[in-house]
Amino acid sequence: MRKIIAGAALAALATACSANTGGTAASSSGGTSVPGKGSAAVGFIFVGPKDDYGYNQAAYQGSQAVAKAFPQLKVLTAENVPEDDNAARVMNSMIAKGAKIVFATSYGHLDAALKVAAEHPDVVVVQQGNLITGTTPRNAGTFFGTVYEPVYLAGIAAGKATKTGKLGYVYAFPISQTIDNIDAFELGAQSVNPSVRTFAVSTSSWCDPAKQAEAAANLLEQGVDVITQHQDCTATVVKATEAAGKMTVGYHADASSIAPKGWLTGSEWNWGPLYSDIVRTALDGGFTGSKYNGNFRVGYKTGDNPFVQSAYGPAVGAETRSLIEAAKEKLKTGSPFAGPVRDQEGKVRVPDGTIPDYETIEKIDYFVQGVVGSLPKS
Amino acid sequence: MLVVDILTGGVRGGTAIMFAALGETLAERAGVVNLGTEGCMLVGALGGYAVAAETGNPWLGLLAGALAGAALGLVHAVAVVWRRADQFATGLTLMFLGLGLTSLFGAAYVGKAAPGFDPVPLPLLGDIPIAGEILFRHDPVTYLTFVVAPLLWFTLNRTKAGLLVRAAGERADVLHVHGHSADLVRTAAVTAGAALAGLGGAQLSTAYAHAWFEGMTAGRGFIAVALVIFAAWRPLWVMAGSYLFGAALAVAPALQARGHALNQFALDALPFVITLVFLAVLGRRTLRAAPEELRRVFAR
Repeated sequence: MRKIIAGAALAALATACSANTGGTAASSSGGTSVPGKGSAAVGFIFVGPKDDYGYNQAAYQGSQAVAKAFPQLKVLTAENVPEDDNAARVMNSMIAKGAKIVFATSYGHLDAALKVAAEHPDVVVVQQGNLITGTTPRNAGTFFGTVYEPVYLAGIAAGKATKTGKLGYVYAFPISQTIDNIDAFELGAQSVNPSVRTFAVSTSSWCDPAKQAEAAANLLEQGVDVITQHQDCTATVVKATEAAGKMTVGYHADASSIAPKGWLTGSEWNWGPLYSDIVRTALDGGFTGSKYNGNFRVGYKTGDNPFVQSAYGPAVGAETRSLIEAAKEKLKTGSPFAGPVRDQEGKVRVPDGTIPDYETIEKIDYFVQGVVGSLPKS
Repeated sequence: MLVVDILTGGVRGGTAIMFAALGETLAERAGVVNLGTEGCMLVGALGGYAVAAETGNPWLGLLAGALAGAALGLVHAVAVVWRRADQFATGLTLMFLGLGLTSLFGAAYVGKAAPGFDPVPLPLLGDIPIAGEILFRHDPVTYLTFVVAPLLWFTLNRTKAGLLVRAAGERADVLHVHGHSADLVRTAAVTAGAALAGLGGAQLSTAYAHAWFEGMTAGRGFIAVALVIFAAWRPLWVMAGSYLFGAALAVAPALQARGHALNQFALDALPFVITLVFLAVLGRRTLRAAPEELRRVFAR
């Protein structure tokens, strides 16, 4: 008797679940082998809270833009998803709810994303910011914008604004994305101020406000007068810099409201159009073999960068603005890493006249000349 | 100068730990260990930040931080003093309770702007070379510890209230003979101690980091508990020890900001390595300085 009740309960549960995912059951019979085609839902996982005024908020806003562009799709989101097997679990539960397109938006979500992609050949799994090495599965890919390009432009603003010739960079971990940003910032500053140096301090955390406070205080104490950062939460460093009467270059979000005097410019995201295009491609069944079925990168050279430059603050004059405009034009054919680029030891890493491609730039594992600080040897 | 900067960082970063460790000193001198100090700091950090954000007044935030810490401390007191629950298990549960509550209710305050305390160099004192830089160019809440630590020492050693606390920690039955309730004294000490931990948390969010983020105390509450032991339950040693830990936390950014090449991951572990080394070296010797009633808790 008990068994029968349990069986009935299970059946009821199964009915409820399939009712929940009604659209999928119908469409999956149409063509299971085409990843993402006719999906009823789209899943997004974020490593942090959706309102962190930073990385995760930008990604969340991108997901909401998808919801607007595809009203027929159910958009599933999950915050605070750790960069371990839990990520795979969360993605699987989204797939169970009918998602055949899943966005894993943090750098460290890649392993879980590839695992899920292998388990579900009919689901498109795209990862934001990391790089697939080796063969790319037909239902997976990574995508990112060349954030170091607007960072390079912001470096120009910093290089022109500094009085002490010392810039500060508070960062989390020495991953390639961050190294590119730090290098590009210094190279941008150098392009207008050859003797400028960038002091890099790591906090070993995407968001540890206390460590950020100490990092900012130490940079300020030793004469740094423009500070930027690569952290998921950004308010601590911006406020400390503003309170000391120094200047800020933003990252992730426009923080000019908490740095009304010292705000220069910064880099922010606009993920909506790119997310939507990936979703459209997958829904139409054209994901496999598309540009997104690989390590897709977009920048000023190849199209609309999902990274946009923040509005200027009052401290940025007309001369600096026109320098930045000119540099931006040059980026359409060039690169912040156009040779010659020297590392900290003075060794030429990018030869004169060479413009490295996106993939080469993402594999940069050294600080350029002018960056003060060292990368932990692994 | 690097040494001066590290010591300055020690005062800056050690203040939150000091509030918590002073509070824990008070509780332990009355015979109760509060391993939930970390949780009390967290509710203080969120309470302080949230109230500062809502009211626009960081001083009200400090008050709220202290009250939030006290509320959680009272839970501990009721459980271990009145219900005779295990002190360690209750304390750890309290820590997780604080972490959970603040993650839940703190989400709305992540990234939200709130007024806070900025550094205010003290006139004259701030101009003293070296010492002025290290001690007297901080936020007002840091200056508060310059008063609170000696005050706690004075209260414990020179007042009737302090005598009651020490009696509760050394010989509870003596208190009883004289018509006092050791339970009441302990409840008061644990609650007041937790209020100090909450104040430490509020200092962290409204004066040091100017932000709220879940888990932002990052182990400072546990450092505070350990610190009390090797400061031998003395407020002024706690003060010095807090600066030592603050300095240990400040070493990594101070060296990096000046371009010194050292393994940052090793540097990040420094405060915890120091704690372990102290505890291991002092070993059971620390217990000799422990309040009698507390020794019973530790040396079961």
